[in-house]
Amino acid sequence: MKRILALYRSSVGKKALMAATGLLLFGFIVSHMLGNLKVFQGPEKFSAYAEFLRTVGYPLFARGQLLWLARIGLIVAVIVHVVAAVELTMMARDARPTSYGRPVHLEDTYASRTMRWGGVILAGFVIYHVLHFTFGTVHPNFEPGDPYGNVIAGFQSVIVAISYIVVMGVLGLHLYHGIWSALQTLGITSSELDRPIRTAAGTIAVVIFLGFIAVPVAVWSGVLR
Amino acid sequence: MKLTLHVWRQQNAGAKGGFETYEARDIGPDMSFLEMLDVVNEGLIKEGKEPIAFEHDCREGICGSCGMVINGNPHGPKKAISSCQLHMRTFADGDKIWIEPWRAKAFPVRKDLVVDRSALDRIIQAGGFISVRTGSAPDANAIPIPKENADSAFDAATCIGCGACVAACPNASAMLFTAAKVAHLGALPQGQPERYERVRNMVAQMDAEGFGYCTNHGACQTACPKEISIDFIAQLNRDMMRAFFTSR
Ligand code: SF4
Ligand code: FES
Repeated sequence: MKRILALYRSSVGKKALMAATGLLLFGFIVSHMLGNLKVFQGPEKFSAYAEFLRTVGYPLFARGQLLWLARIGLIVAVIVHVVAAVELTMMARDARPTSYGRPVHLEDTYASRTMRWGGVILAGFVIYHVLHFTFGTVHPNFEPGDPYGNVIAGFQSVIVAISYIVVMGVLGLHLYHGIWSALQTLGITSSELDRPIRTAAGTIAVVIFLGFIAVPVAVWSGVLR
Repeated sequence: MKLTLHVWRQQNAGAKGGFETYEARDIGPDMSFLEMLDVVNEGLIKEGKEPIAFEHDCREGICGSCGMVINGNPHGPKKAISSCQLHMRTFADGDKIWIEPWRAKAFPVRKDLVVDRSALDRIIQAGGFISVRTGSAPDANAIPIPKENADSAFDAATCIGCGACVAACPNASAMLFTAAKVAHLGALPQGQPERYERVRNMVAQMDAEGFGYCTNHGACQTACPKEISIDFIAQLNRDMMRAFFTSR
């Protein structure tokens, strides 16, 4: 614990924690995407999967316990990721009080420049998304226990479907810079691995983008009903 | 050649600075950027005005003192050179050139284009000593060093401490400089005894000086006149992780 705190106090350590939590969240995103795709197997399989998430670990864990444990882990990871990002951003703001007359823009990609605002958009989206499909608070016709129906109904609105697609684009960009950056921060990259890792990060970002938007696009085009 | 210069003028650290416009006349293509400024300054002196203050020493790319941002490029638009090695043939007749100092809280402006880079010296100082036997000099090659390590240490050691990496970084981070210094000794057997303590202390000093943090943009390595690679930043990160998790 003392070490973690000492690590947290240094800028390099904060970044390492951001990288580690980022990779953890990335792992979650991959499994979430794969879970989503089960919607294409039809209502029964999809509901069975939702049920599986609640009953997994039984009888070691009571119904829903493991799911909540995972949720708590994710919430902690998000908090560490966001708090470190905010603190580091403030540090960077302070580090250059006067800006350049001619802006200096070397090497930055669109993805790397939009990490901060992209992150803000994603954080807002996660809150909306949980209220939409988990609690149903902002879902017009939410039926508890009917995940399939909720997905179909939820994406009937064109605005909702489009905003999901746009945010998944933001997620893709965030991951493209984030995956490579996390590995660099943890000291896992080197110049020989640089290109392959960037290519892999780009491919992963595209696959995740497509995997996620497949559902709203399918609902919208009537493939899923 | 005739050029229009927009130069940042600032009396001292506390004063409010601003851009002033000057005409640079009779500039030859073979002049260096600093020689062009010398010509402009002579003109200013003749008119009884204060010359533009800029730092310079070696004028051959080895001392690291001539830092300035030229049209949004630290050390100008060419790769792998410092401002003093930039030739006027890079520009075209009639060009407008914006010249301003490095901008970072840790680099207060002393005057015009001159900034105080002592923060970088303090990062090196924070690295502390290395344990060596004193007395007569050891035989050459008494300590075997793998070629790869020697090459990597040399690459890191080419850093001239100019601060262009900080100037280029969107976060005004000094990671590339610090990483080069850490990686230099870290690659050599003489650097091993204090290796992890050193990286911890240097990073702590870097943070204390008010530099930003690294977001892995890579602007630093593009701006660096010595082409120091961000590989060294990964190495610093690696050493930092080890410093926290494996050593005392
Ligand atoms: S790393 Fe490059 S840009 Fe930074 S101080 Fe050293 S030589 Fe200058
Ligand atoms: S004056 Fe020495 S590096 Fe330019």
